[in-house]
This record gives sequence, C-alpha cells and structure tokens, in this order.
Amino acid sequence: MSASSPEQGRTITYREAVREAIRDALTRDELAFLMGEDVASYGGCFGVSHGLFDEFGPERVRDTPLSESGYVGAGIGAALGGMHPIVEIMTVNFALLALDQIVNNAATLLHMSGGQLNVPIVIRMTTGAGRQLAAQHSHSFEGWFAHVPGLRIVTPGTLEDARGMLWTALQDPDPVLIFEHGGLYGVEGVLADDAGPVDIDVAAVRRAGDDVSLITYGGCLPRTLRAAELLAEDGISAEVLDLRSLRPLDTDAILASVARTHRAVVIDEGWRSGGLPAEVSARIMEGAFYELDAPVARVCAAEVPVPFAQHLEQAAIPRADGIARVARELVRPGG
Amino acid sequence: MTTAPPTTQLPLAPGLDGEGARHLLQEMIRIRRFEERCVELYSATKIRGFMHLYIGEEAVATGAMQALRPEDAVLATYREHGHALARGISARAVMAEMYGRVEGCSGGRGGSMHLFDAQARFYGGSAIVAAGLPLAVGLALADHLSGRDRVTAAFFGEGAVAEGEFHESMNLAALWSLPVVFFCENNLYAMGTALARSESQTDLVLKAASYRVAGWSVDGMDVLACRAAAQRAVDLTAAGGGPCFVEFRTYRFRAHSMYDPELYRPKEEVARWKAHDPIDAFTARLRATGYLDDAALETMEAEVSAEIDDAVAFAEAGTLEPVEDLLRHVYRRGAA
Repeated sequence: MSASSPEQGRTITYREAVREAIRDALTRDELAFLMGEDVASYGGCFGVSHGLFDEFGPERVRDTPLSESGYVGAGIGAALGGMHPIVEIMTVNFALLALDQIVNNAATLLHMSGGQLNVPIVIRMTTGAGRQLAAQHSHSFEGWFAHVPGLRIVTPGTLEDARGMLWTALQDPDPVLIFEHGGLYGVEGVLADDAGPVDIDVAAVRRAGDDVSLITYGGCLPRTLRAAELLAEDGISAEVLDLRSLRPLDTDAILASVARTHRAVVIDEGWRSGGLPAEVSARIMEGAFYELDAPVARVCAAEVPVPFAQHLEQAAIPRADGIARVARELVRPGG
Repeated sequence: MTTAPPTTQLPLAPGLDGEGARHLLQEMIRIRRFEERCVELYSATKIRGFMHLYIGEEAVATGAMQALRPEDAVLATYREHGHALARGISARAVMAEMYGRVEGCSGGRGGSMHLFDAQARFYGGSAIVAAGLPLAVGLALADHLSGRDRVTAAFFGEGAVAEGEFHESMNLAALWSLPVVFFCENNLYAMGTALARSESQTDLVLKAASYRVAGWSVDGMDVLACRAAAQRAVDLTAAGGGPCFVEFRTYRFRAHSMYDPELYRPKEEVARWKAHDPIDAFTARLRATGYLDDAALETMEAEVSAEIDDAVAFAEAGTLEPVEDLLRHVYRRGAA
C-alpha cells in the first residue's frame, strides 16, 4: 500500500476515488467500457460516474435498460469477445436478477470449455446498509458470491483500494466482482498523488495490535478501526485485519494475525448464519486451533431483513461500540 | 440401380450446385448417424449424464450454418451435437467429449451439453434456457465496439421465449442495433410443455416484431428453406440492419432426453412429423432432380459410417484427465 501524507496527497472522497479509477481505466485501456443502469446521462445512481459520459461518450459509458440479467450477460459476452467491460449494478440486491449470468456463465465458462474461454469482466456494485434504504437496497450478499469458485470477490474499504483495485481487476483474466459499501462513498480522506493499482489477493493489517485480531472488510472497516480506538482507551491492543479479498481469502494473513494475538473477532454486515465469518472462523479452527486463547467471536447483522427505521437499522448492523464490547469480553471475560 | 446425373441442371437454390446440395445431405446424415451411435453407446453405458438428441431437426443447424462465415460466432443450447458438427468441430472431438476424455472439444469438463471450440468460435453448449442469448448480445457488442464486421448467431429453442433473458436480449440487440441473428428452433415442446400451454402469444415472429426485430418463420424440415432463411437474416444483419429473428418450425423425433417416457404427445403426432423427415425429404428431392443416385448415397453413408467409427475409436482410446488436475480451469490466473 502506498502511504499517503498530507504533503504528497489531496483530500478526496471514496466516490471520487472510484470515479478516478474508472476514468483511468477508460483512458489507458482501449478495451474498457462502462455499462449499467443510469451510468451515463444520470451520472450513476450514487454519482460515481458523474461527468464520465461527457468525457468518453455513449459508446464507452453506456446506459442500459433495467435488464440486469441481460446487460450483465452482455458484459460477459463482450468479455468473451475480447473487451474489458466494467459493468455497474446499482445494488447487490439487484444483482440477484443477474445471478444466473454471474454464477452459471461468468464463473463456469472457463471450466466448461476446458480452459478455452476466460471472462475478463469486472462487475461493480454497491452493498451494505446504514442509509435507511430498507430491505431491498441494504443487504450484503458478497459472502454468497464468495462461495462460488471461478469468481474473485474484492471489497475496497479504503481510498487506496477504491482507487487501485479496479485497474488490477480489469487486467485480470477472470471475472472480478467489486463490492463498494454505499456508506463509504461520502467518506473523505487523503489519497496520495501517486496512488495507483494495488494487488487484489492479499489481506492488509490496518492497525497492529497484540491482544485481539479484529477481522473485517469493506464498510465495516472504518467502524472496526473506531472499535480499536475504543479498546485502546481501555488498554486493549487490537489488531485490525482488512481482508480486502473475500475470494481468495488470505488464510495465511488470518492465521498469522491470530498467532500474534491468540483471539479473533470477525465482523461482517452480512447475516451470521452461513456467512463469511463462519468460513473465517472455520479456517482459524483448522489452521490455528492451538494458538487460540478463546473461542472465535462473530459480530454480524441481526437475522432480520434490514429495517427502515433508523434506530432499528442501526441496531441490526455491526457498530463500533458493539464490536468493542465483544472484543473486550473476549480479552477480559466477565471484566 | 444407379442413374447417371444429367449433364445440365437448374440449381436447386441460388449458389448451390450438385456438390453443395449433396454436402448438405451428407451433413444431415452425419449428424443423424452420429447421434444414433450415441444412443447405442449410451445403452452400452459408454456415454452417461444427460443427452439430448437433435434427431429430426438436422435441417435447421445444417442449413443455417451455411450462412455463417468462419469469423462469425455461434451459440447453441444443450441440444447442440448437430450444431457443433455442422460448425466444423470434428466428430472425434465431439465424441471424445461425450466420453469425458481430455481429447474432447471441452477437455472432458463439459460433456454433451457443453461443447465448446474457441477456434471455431463456438461458444457452447448452454444448459440454462435462454442464458446464451445475453452472451450473443455481448459478443456482437464487442464486434461493434471494435469495428469488426462479424455476425453472432444464437440458436435456442422456443421454450426460451418464456424466459426474461430472451426479451432482455431481443431488446438490447435491437436498441443497440447489434449484429445478432436469433435462430429459434421451434420443436413445439419445451421439454414436455407444448407452446400453447406456456405462452399467451404463440406467434413467435410477433414477439420479435414487438422489439422492432425483423423476423419470419420457415419450414425447419426443409434444409434449403433453412439455408435461405438464415442467409437472408445474416445478409440483413451484416449489412447493418440490426438483429433478425428466424423461427425454424421443426420437430424432435426422439424423447427430450434419455429419461423421457414421452407422455405428453400422441404417437400419431410423432408419426405425422416423421413423414416429413428432413433427410428422407431431401434425399427424395435430390433423386428426383437427378443430383443423387444410389451409388452416391451409398458412398455418403459409407463415409459417414467410417468417420463415426473413427470418432468412437478415438474416444475409446482417449485419455482420462488425472484426478490431480481436478482444480484446473477454474481460474486462468492462479487459484482462489
């Protein structure tokens, strides 16, 4: 990761970082084009592609009808035809309408064709809750997609990753799904002037610590970092591991962190049952069982469709104080 | 008895001489005999899994494929042995795939329903009804964006018109004026469900018209009619006229798959359609016009038989992929 400092960087939002990544891709890769609902004239439903239509025109910034399966499939076909499509889906809930194309085609074609046909597509979509958008715009299904061999699943949780993952994903020969948490778009920070492509395979330690590993990704990363601050006030040193990629999962980094801290909390905005933290927990059990001083804990979304009312929504999803509480109990049981 | 072909004849169709006509017949016979052999091999448990036969429908793939150039792309369904053979994938590679061997056209990873050949621009072999149609739109979009003069042909059954992906794909192709030809093989049954039992509007050409896609129906049991209809569609599309839709009215003589007791259609109906067997009909036509005699037909059958024998021997001698290679072909870059 390139370090950013105020002297060498500039203040920018996550949304602008993604936009810069798309602009960079369209500028440098003549095979790249952006396609999705309202990405052109409207500027993207979350404003990510604002201005790109004027810059690159209707062929390369292409509005689609409300046909998720159709245009995602068309993106896969275009990838088979040698292009590097960037397909935007408004939210992961809508991506379920394209599940057939993503799972039955994008993830299987290389295999079914005996290695002949790869699918170099990038599919970006918004995920996550926290904006009072209720139960059909707020869910986190990236863990589902991470179940599927043939897909790569990445979850930029920082400005550097928002800026840098797209290019790497676009040059990858296989389908890559990028999950952008909707709550991050407005987050501001300093991005180094020379920020560029980053790898999409490995996890990153965002804060070093000795007492407990807080393992998370994407939209829960800022909340987990705040939880680590709260824990520090109590004298607990928490390490924050940002998974960055949910498939592949960087098992080595997970096990190495647990070997340092001997305790782990896995935080995810998806539901607990059958979710990604269950997988992380199982890998810790398989690979670092004798390192553990306490059972692995999970902080996940409550098992309810995300409610509209703000207080209920906030109660349903992981928050800094809740993460800190669970970690504290793990480090100082009953304390 | 043999009859010498007359020295002067009118062509059966524009651009089709006697040799071309006999080639069409031989292609249909080749597909028929290949699948008949597959049935025997299935009964002998050499071939396993789902297997969907094209027998009865050979005129469609044979005729339509004539209109496509090597640079064009082809997509088909799980009932695609005929399309693969007609597209030029060798009988050896298809048979080896039926056997699940490394030498198969999909390396043994696809099987009967997933025949692929990147060189032939044959993009499967899809077993999700209508799921190949958006891919066809995308392949055509790639050609459009790259300024390449190519056409993408998507073969699909009439059952696909009930799927949203059919409608989304028709709309996208028409909206963006993409060079896709939609070749609908209407064999009257989506597995066991008759068209009229699943569609409020059974006129498929009207569905195409609702998307401003030019379309027409053709006798799918007549190889020359299929050839002409496909050529018309490809010519229109290649000239920049946007997508076209052709409904080939055809019939599947055999069961849906090897597990189908055929409870849903009367035997008399099957018999009625078999009276219009595309191979018998074209054979009779070529005989009547003097393009074919007994000797030529015998030679044809012998050549086809030898090719299939060779393909079976090739498949029998094929390699089983080592189990150590199980995880190959999931990612091109590394594992995940």
